Amino acid sequence: MSDNESLSENIEEYLEVIYKVSLEEKKPVTTSNISKNLNIAPGSVTQMLKKLDKRGYVHYSPYKGAVLTEKGLKVASKVTRKHRLLERFLNDILKLKKDKIHSEACQMEHTLSDDAERALCQLLEQPDQCPDEAPIPACDFKFDTCEECLERKHEDVEEIGSRDENLISIISLGENEVGRVSFIRGDYKVIRRLMDMGITIGAMVSVIKLAPFKGPVEVSVRGSKLALGRDIAKNVFVELIDCESKDEDGALAHG
Amino acid sequence: MAKSGFKKEKGTDFDGSFSSSKDDFTIALSGNAKVGKSVIFNQLSGSNQIVGNWPGKTVEKAQGKLYFQGQKIHVIDLPGIYSFSTFSMEEIVSREYIAHEKPDVVINVLDASVLERNLFFTLQLMEMEVPLVVCINQVDIARQKGIIIDEKKLEKALGVPVVSTVAVRGEGLRKLIEKAVKAADNPKKIPEIIKYGGEVEKRIQNLSEMIKSKKTSLNYSNRWMAIKILENDPEIIKNIKNESPEIISYANQLAYEIEKIHQEPSFAVMASERYTLANLIASGAQVQTKIDIPFSERLDKILTHPVLGYFTSALVIIGLLLWTFTIGDFLEGILSNAFSFFQPVDPQFSGAITAILWNGAFGGIVAGVTLIIPFVIPFYLMLSYIENSGLLTRVAFMMDSFMHKIGLHGKALIPLILGYGCNVPAIDSTRILETRRERLLAAFAITFAPCAARTILILGLVAIFVNIWWALALYVLDLIIIFIMGRIALKATPGESTGLIMEMHTLKLPSFSVILKQTWARTKSLIYLVFPIYIVGSALIQAFYAMGVLEPVSNFMAPLTVGWLGLPVFAGVLLIVGAVRKEFILLTLVSFVGTDLSLALNPTQFIVLAIVGMLYLPCFSTIAILIKEFGWKAASVITGANFTTALVVGGLFAKILPYFL
Repeated sequence: MSDNESLSENIEEYLEVIYKVSLEEKKPVTTSNISKNLNIAPGSVTQMLKKLDKRGYVHYSPYKGAVLTEKGLKVASKVTRKHRLLERFLNDILKLKKDKIHSEACQMEHTLSDDAERALCQLLEQPDQCPDEAPIPACDFKFDTCEECLERKHEDVEEIGSRDENLISIISLGENEVGRVSFIRGDYKVIRRLMDMGITIGAMVSVIKLAPFKGPVEVSVRGSKLALGRDIAKNVFVELIDCESKDEDGALAHG
Repeated sequence: MAKSGFKKEKGTDFDGSFSSSKDDFTIALSGNAKVGKSVIFNQLSGSNQIVGNWPGKTVEKAQGKLYFQGQKIHVIDLPGIYSFSTFSMEEIVSREYIAHEKPDVVINVLDASVLERNLFFTLQLMEMEVPLVVCINQVDIARQKGIIIDEKKLEKALGVPVVSTVAVRGEGLRKLIEKAVKAADNPKKIPEIIKYGGEVEKRIQNLSEMIKSKKTSLNYSNRWMAIKILENDPEIIKNIKNESPEIISYANQLAYEIEKIHQEPSFAVMASERYTLANLIASGAQVQTKIDIPFSERLDKILTHPVLGYFTSALVIIGLLLWTFTIGDFLEGILSNAFSFFQPVDPQFSGAITAILWNGAFGGIVAGVTLIIPFVIPFYLMLSYIENSGLLTRVAFMMDSFMHKIGLHGKALIPLILGYGCNVPAIDSTRILETRRERLLAAFAITFAPCAARTILILGLVAIFVNIWWALALYVLDLIIIFIMGRIALKATPGESTGLIMEMHTLKLPSFSVILKQTWARTKSLIYLVFPIYIVGSALIQAFYAMGVLEPVSNFMAPLTVGWLGLPVFAGVLLIVGAVRKEFILLTLVSFVGTDLSLALNPTQFIVLAIVGMLYLPCFSTIAILIKEFGWKAASVITGANFTTALVVGGLFAKILPYFL
């Protein structure tokens, strides 16, 4: 496990160096160059480059050097991006000394999650350079613009309401049983859609029909009938309401 | 759509009862889907209407006009939506229209049976602060369900005029127009009844004060913008941010506070509160008396019954096809007689130009007419009936789990069934699906669906010259292919499938005028797309023929057609002409060998030709709409997949069939 981790860290370090040097020199990166940058014996570097070639991260030919493949480039720019974002963070926010920044960032870059990377980028207001003016590579998130990334910050919501042990999914509601919606889990858009259609926290829902073959569920909510796909429906959780105390507006439901 | 397109004509019951010369004004109809907006629209504008698309959007725009008390009134039928978020084109179009075009009055049409859910949208319209008239439609159906709505109470609770109507019978529409005119003439400020809970309301007011002080150039009311920002509306947030980002930071702070108080995101809090208010108003204004279960409810029980439901669903689909082909066959007989004067000339005697014009261009017109009138129109009529009556939603409900197997949900059944009539409008209607991926998957499946032209091919080649069972078998084969190809496409396009969220509207007898209008609108857009392609395509092929290009090409194709598929050499020509329209395969074959095709082909060849003809390419019109909707790349991938499938399946049958026949 830890072997694996250090291996992937190792790979990331190599790719980062190849990325940096190849941007400067625009030709294959030689073993000696890497050896100098990483402070590792040329023999070990050659070994590693062969390994990287086999895994499809670089094209390596002896005497010439290594070129990043598309796969390698992806990893390299990602880790470089994290490194430089971290440098900015350590410099701008934490105000660490400039000579400490690099090695600190080198340690942190491998464990920084993508979510943290995105938050960091937003916090630093989308910097495009690190403190020593090297450019920060673009992110690989599926947003068209930084604005979109910022806007969608709130769309990470994937559940609303509170999860409670007594809750059951609406697909487990029997016929003529009524439940009060207490917890919804799912994609942001799905949650918004459900709420637009009346399935909000606190709404009274009953099941009219479950289609066979794991088909959709027909529910009655706020006087309308909705068909919900099984995958959506099973993530809507309700608190079972005692039928006797069932009331139109649900206010007396607690009994 | 150019305004000059309107014709000055009288066409409504509301004509000239009173004369005055005021300026024109505009009414917009807005509301949830299937509440009878289109019926009202048709009743108001009569024949004075234009149906097109919103500029740059794939959303239908219907506009018309009427004369009332000497005033010319423009009526816009906005798409049916449930909310003003920005998750769909329809929502964006509606809200931009209301905010920017500023209609003089908005008529909000509500389904009387589902008052609470409909009021949720009404409250959002009121937040936009437009002059509003509320129309409670389908009160007759609600009454059957024992729901009686007190107009006066509702009017008092909302603070805007309320009119009850039964639009299909025209009841209440006159009063509706009167109130709308009055509301437009003396625009009153919407009373601020939409108060949220104290802590939310306070923050909305704070935020709207701030927006006011910053004087943004946006064309929305401050309160509405404040609400939308707190609801995390990406459009408004983006626009405001460009002008004064500090508003957004303040709003984030407020949203965070709301979240802290309620332990829920602020958009959820606001939706809940709005619904609570809708519930309060609805329960105050309606009385629910239990009357016996109406027929529609009992019918609904059968239609979604775990066993009977499949039976009725199959019945609906088969019924639709049977109806189309029975009527189509009958009408085509008549039309063929009428067009019997049309016989292709032999270019060797008549000369190339005549052949291109007569066989080609005019032949294209004939082919278009004989497809659209007999098959497409009856199909659209029945489909529109099935759609508007609510039957189709039941079928979609029952079929959802099967559709999931090809990565789609129940609603995708609608375009797929449309594909049985003609692929072109079917692909057009994939717009009802949520994501591009789903639309692509559906469009891909549709290109394999046995459309009217393919059916003619199957019937004309196989049913007549082999037997009806083989024709049916090909139909089944096609369904299997749709399924397999659908699965493959699903595997090839990674991504998450959207689940089904669909309202099950009350079953009802649809309005005949809506069915006619819808059929006409669909037919018309098909004519615009298809006729030019038929005429030009067919003329081009005749030109190629005249230039003697076709024969070398079909010789060139011989390894494929003769070697692999076991067809005669001239099959190459057939497949080329068939690219315009599939029945051309049949027509050209007749022109080559006369009416008794069995002289030229053996049963295996009939079946193989039918299979290849059915699958090898979507026709030109289909390719055209694929390009229009999805771009060149997707269109060529889909076309390539069709072609490969045809060759593989056709070749296999050519090798295997001789052992059976």
